[in-house]
Amino acid sequence: MPKMPSERKEEQYLKERDEFFKALPKLNRRQFIKVAMASAAVALAKNQFPPHSFQLVEAVEAKQGGGTEVKFRFAYISDTHLYERKLNERFVRAALKAVQDVNALDPQPDFVLFGGDLAQLGQPEELKLGKEILSELKPKLYMMVGEHDWYLDLGEKWIELFGKPYYSFDHKGVHFIVLNSVLVDDYWTETKMTPMERMKFMAQLDNPKGRPFTVGRGYGDVGKKQFEWLKQDLAKVSKDTPIVVFSHSPLYKYYKPWNFWTDDAEEVQALLRPFKNVTVIHGHTHQPVFNRIGNINFYGMLSTAWPWPYAPTGLPKLTIKMNRADPFDQFDGTGDGTVEVLANGKANKIYNLWSREPMKVTARYLESGGKEEVPPVPVDPSF
Amino acid sequence: MKKKIVLLISVFLVSIFLSGKNDLSAIEGKGDKKSEKKVITACDGETQVVLNDVSKDEVMTREKAQEVANMLLATYQQQKKYQSTKFTRRDSLIWERELKAMIEEGYKWFHDPSLGTNGISCDMCHPDATDTHPETYPKFQIQLKKIALLRDMINWCIENPMEGKPLKEDDPRMKAIEAYIIWARANQDPRPHAKTLNPGKR
Repeated sequence: MPKMPSERKEEQYLKERDEFFKALPKLNRRQFIKVAMASAAVALAKNQFPPHSFQLVEAVEAKQGGGTEVKFRFAYISDTHLYERKLNERFVRAALKAVQDVNALDPQPDFVLFGGDLAQLGQPEELKLGKEILSELKPKLYMMVGEHDWYLDLGEKWIELFGKPYYSFDHKGVHFIVLNSVLVDDYWTETKMTPMERMKFMAQLDNPKGRPFTVGRGYGDVGKKQFEWLKQDLAKVSKDTPIVVFSHSPLYKYYKPWNFWTDDAEEVQALLRPFKNVTVIHGHTHQPVFNRIGNINFYGMLSTAWPWPYAPTGLPKLTIKMNRADPFDQFDGTGDGTVEVLANGKANKIYNLWSREPMKVTARYLESGGKEEVPPVPVDPSF
Repeated sequence: MKKKIVLLISVFLVSIFLSGKNDLSAIEGKGDKKSEKKVITACDGETQVVLNDVSKDEVMTREKAQEVANMLLATYQQQKKYQSTKFTRRDSLIWERELKAMIEEGYKWFHDPSLGTNGISCDMCHPDATDTHPETYPKFQIQLKKIALLRDMINWCIENPMEGKPLKEDDPRMKAIEAYIIWARANQDPRPHAKTLNPGKR
């Protein structure tokens, strides 16, 4: 069958795009200009992006002055949802790809945050496999728990492998807090669920009976203790110290039917309100999603396993939606990323989308109400 | 509403049929064959139109046939047969129950990793059947380089991300999954474009 002309054009674009991405890492100033020009040409050839909206990120030098220079970077990997290796190679491949990405970063990030949902069904084998994969990371690793890691044994194995599910640490003048934000009310005792039933109930995102996540509530006194700890931890920090909070669920209310939600979000936000610079980095939503409430900037992380669709309602106004992922490309809509912490205490987020141009969202974009430093708006694909 | 459409179509078909060479109309009058009039019966087997100006063997023009079909329907409606066709509450309960059972069967398979081999189920990427956009099929699926129906994409997902074996097109599981997806998108998606899909209500 002879090829249609449009098909050849498409192939040519993909080839150019591949070359462009190969050339991306390790650019100096001169090379950057060259690649930036090539990228504009690629964008033009594709006839999709107006040239001005095609921004090459990361390699661009930060504007000097006002404390906007990058002080340090950390990387993130999130939501790997691993099954046992013999059952599912697909998600293992994706997790390894993220580890390779991080190890190839030059310069290396100061540390890596894992954003939760390492396992799919909380199985010890899944968690152990995850630990094995993440142990390949060169930088220091900080772990956070997700509901898929937790609800088989209520965190027993996870704690054995990774330690405390909530803690804080200081790094180069920034106070980091890692939370366990997936605590829900007891739905299993009365209904006499087995641990596996409890896990599967939790693992179903569109479960009509699903329970909302909390930080300070939920079964037993786990949440209450955590909330008390958080209060005490924050009391020790000066109000000028930049704070970065890691939570698995978004620390705000996005879409309750899929638990893109933290039921006591306002109470946690209130604890963070007195601080000058607060950034929340969350997992769970598997998509580029960003928000600003009061003094807090929120950024969602990408999953390595699969992208979630955007919820039908409740999407934060400042979020620029990633266009629909191509189901024929395992790595489209997924990825990992980095966060650059600026000297002024603000944090910018880079979404390293595996099959697309990287997307950078800055604190300035969020704080200007979406008026400045607007990330490029994607064009809807035809499929 | 549905009843009326069925009737209209059948009357129309009858009229087309009668405008051809075959003639199945009843015969009125037992006398001289030349004076036999054309009688046309509606699909209820009772409503009849006797044509004074058309003889039994005469082939009607298309316009005439349409006129007869209209007349037949008008007569039928006048006799209030349409209004007298009643569904009982029991009927609607049965229909509702059957529909619900099929959608629930589809919901079950949509959330069941056993269609694949690697633990993945449909709902993992498509919570509440989101981003299945059933209203867009049939369409040219660029990646497949051919026209695809919803079931082709269901099978594609089963074979690729889920690494399973495709279902036969008349597999009851396939039908149930289609039923669930179409129902879920029509009833739950508040986005404007999804409202064009309203099965069972048009």
